[in-house]
Amino acid sequence: MKELLMGNEAVALGAIAAGVQVVSGYPGTPSSEVLETIAKRNPGNIHVEWSVNEKAGAEVAAGAAYAGARSLVTMKQVGLNVASDPVMCVNYVGVKGGMVVYVADDPGPISSQTEQDTRHFAKYAHIPVFDCVSPLQAFHAVQEAFDFSEKHGTPVILRSTTRVCHACEDIEIPEIKSPAPCEGFIKDSRWVIFPKLSYNAKLRIAAREPEISEEFSHFTIKNGNPSGNSIEGTGSIGIACGGVSYSYVQEAITGNEDKFTILNITTPYPFPSSLAQEFMDEVDKVIVFEELDPVIEDELIYLTGFQYSENFIRGKRSGSVITGGELDSALVGAVIEAETGIPAVINHEEYSDKPDAPVRPPVLCAGCPHRASFYAVKQAVAQLKKEGASFTDAIYCGDIGCYTLGNAAPLFTTDTCLCMGAGITVAQGLNHADGSTLNFAFTGDSTFFASGITGTVNAVYNQADMILCVLDNSTTAMTGHQPHPGMGITMMGGRTEPIDIAKVLEGIGVSSIRQVDPLDYEASVNTVKAAAYESGVRAIIFKSPCIAIVSNDGPSTVDSKRCVGCRKCIDQLGCPALIMKDGKAFIDRSLCTGCQLCAQICPVGCIRKEAAND
Amino acid sequence: MINENVKSCLLCGVGGQGTVLASRIIAAAAMAKGLSAKTAETIGMAQRGGSVVSHVRTGYNIASPLIPKGRADILIGFEPGEAASNLEYLKSGGTLIVCSKEIRPITASLGQSGYDGNHSLEFLTNSVDRCYVMDAEHICSQCGSPKVLNVAVVGALCASNEMGITLEDAENALSMKLKPSLIEMNLKALHMGAAVIDK
Repeated sequence: MKELLMGNEAVALGAIAAGVQVVSGYPGTPSSEVLETIAKRNPGNIHVEWSVNEKAGAEVAAGAAYAGARSLVTMKQVGLNVASDPVMCVNYVGVKGGMVVYVADDPGPISSQTEQDTRHFAKYAHIPVFDCVSPLQAFHAVQEAFDFSEKHGTPVILRSTTRVCHACEDIEIPEIKSPAPCEGFIKDSRWVIFPKLSYNAKLRIAAREPEISEEFSHFTIKNGNPSGNSIEGTGSIGIACGGVSYSYVQEAITGNEDKFTILNITTPYPFPSSLAQEFMDEVDKVIVFEELDPVIEDELIYLTGFQYSENFIRGKRSGSVITGGELDSALVGAVIEAETGIPAVINHEEYSDKPDAPVRPPVLCAGCPHRASFYAVKQAVAQLKKEGASFTDAIYCGDIGCYTLGNAAPLFTTDTCLCMGAGITVAQGLNHADGSTLNFAFTGDSTFFASGITGTVNAVYNQADMILCVLDNSTTAMTGHQPHPGMGITMMGGRTEPIDIAKVLEGIGVSSIRQVDPLDYEASVNTVKAAAYESGVRAIIFKSPCIAIVSNDGPSTVDSKRCVGCRKCIDQLGCPALIMKDGKAFIDRSLCTGCQLCAQICPVGCIRKEAAND
Repeated sequence: MINENVKSCLLCGVGGQGTVLASRIIAAAAMAKGLSAKTAETIGMAQRGGSVVSHVRTGYNIASPLIPKGRADILIGFEPGEAASNLEYLKSGGTLIVCSKEIRPITASLGQSGYDGNHSLEFLTNSVDRCYVMDAEHICSQCGSPKVLNVAVVGALCASNEMGITLEDAENALSMKLKPSLIEMNLKALHMGAAVIDK
């Protein structure tokens, strides 16, 4: 049966047809009807939420896609500014289930602050973008976008404009089916964004750009009209266009079709260069029609210039300079010499007999209270499993700060990390995609104020099931101990009323709030277990100051006569102050702060504070 | 291609050992002599017990803050494994000062990686003619604080004469950078570090 559908409704029905399982977004003209339509036509088991803002929505969608669910987040172009942190980052991390970011641009602007063009953002973020001509094409394009997203493990932006979003067209309605359950989250270091991962991801993204550009030169949308990126006609005058402009061109040349060749661009990034080149080779002149910025036009000018400049301008585009990572004078010298023959290589000695470098990733400091918090959570989870708790697995959603270092052995308590504040919202996305896991979100105190409050509002409003752990060490530690709103002091040293995290949580409506000192091991484990037995959004504030801002009362020591050499303290805590020496645990006095976490877990009780007269 | 007016020192070690302060002291000492200085340090995540490097360049018309491999006049390794992994930076005939005490990475304590600091030390002493091994642990215990390590290596750097900075220059720089209560302890470390080269 055919129905007259608005472009946004067509996108919604296309997403349902593609099996979308989690849909989030924030309203904004001309994008809002997508999410509303999915809610209205929901077969029952699609999680649909208005998120607190676009950033939270994008993070919820990312979490769902990590679990293997197909997810859609919707927003208008200025909303993408709000969502840019997670959208930029999720491209580096990648996705398992298809993730489509639907962004509606607003030429005119009819109902917006700016006339910004999302195609630029796609290029800046290196995220493939689909641009639709009509509601019918959008219906098919969104389905194609999910397939493409899964094929390449990348989020895809589906961009449309007002006259597609709000235009109506008669479209055959598909049967509404429920999505199949997703595979669930599989733990893997790929889900934790880290400088090393980002470097490799950048190289991968740079390498795939020409590959996808080539793929897009032959890109078709099943049943789409036009069928995708295409060249139509054989006339000597070229017209390049994209989006709704294509339909205006079609109408304007009616009766003179034989004089024109039309290049229609459905995927502005990565730009289908070889198709565009083929088009330009056949025509004498090109007129470009596109709303908002001259994106297609710039690409054609670039291609025209590149033909003549390939030997003239050498750089990343010619493959002469690295596409990721830092430059230095040695790299610069090597390229100069390779390109010009002028000696500029800076030589250095090579050592074939060099021992392997120590593998030294950054770690939580000795005595760091975060270690104690993570360890308590892990031990609580282990005890809960033994007691027959009903969850399948516990997932630890981390965030940006020192505590990202909980990712490393032996703690392994950072399963995801995306961007500031995203731990809280990714946990929600995982929860909405697969309700069988127990999801923890970790955030620091400064990160909570910076970006965590909105995510917490989102969790309460959209009824997520999760445990929020605020690791409150009373400073912004990783960046160098800057003050934040919870500390009662400003940058210039002025006194100010500290904002109480527990009260903020209470104000948001978190009904279960606990506070515990993470260095009290047993109390911490019991606190986590008590929270785990509840449901809804629960919060635990682990409060203990960063060891770098308080003085300590001296190191602990191991009684080597009593130490049985079981390695429990070393193998379970991964504290840099603990090493094995002659078959016994040994504490490096220069590092130990005397936090006593190891003493609390030692099975023979052989660790104690150094006596003052030691 | 080579600006002979520029002297370069690469400091490497483990986050928390104080490489940043050492590079700032060297730069301050050079500036007090009327030289220019450029430095580039590892700040941020790697400071938490990860591998860190600081580049210090002093002289006239210094172009870039980063030392290319093969261009460091002096390499200071706060830890033997870190010194070995950065040895390519040292020019042939350059000076290496390395602290003998290994810092075992967590990955080695957990058995995920192998590491033997003595193996690295042996490699370094075999590979570099002008290699000075410093028993920094001894110096620190004599001075009463593990935190003076970075000042001790600056003492050795002065004594090596590679950067054209004298002990007196470093003493002046220390008195500008440190709290008065810490100066005596650090001057002792500075001179004990210098003695490693002079003996």
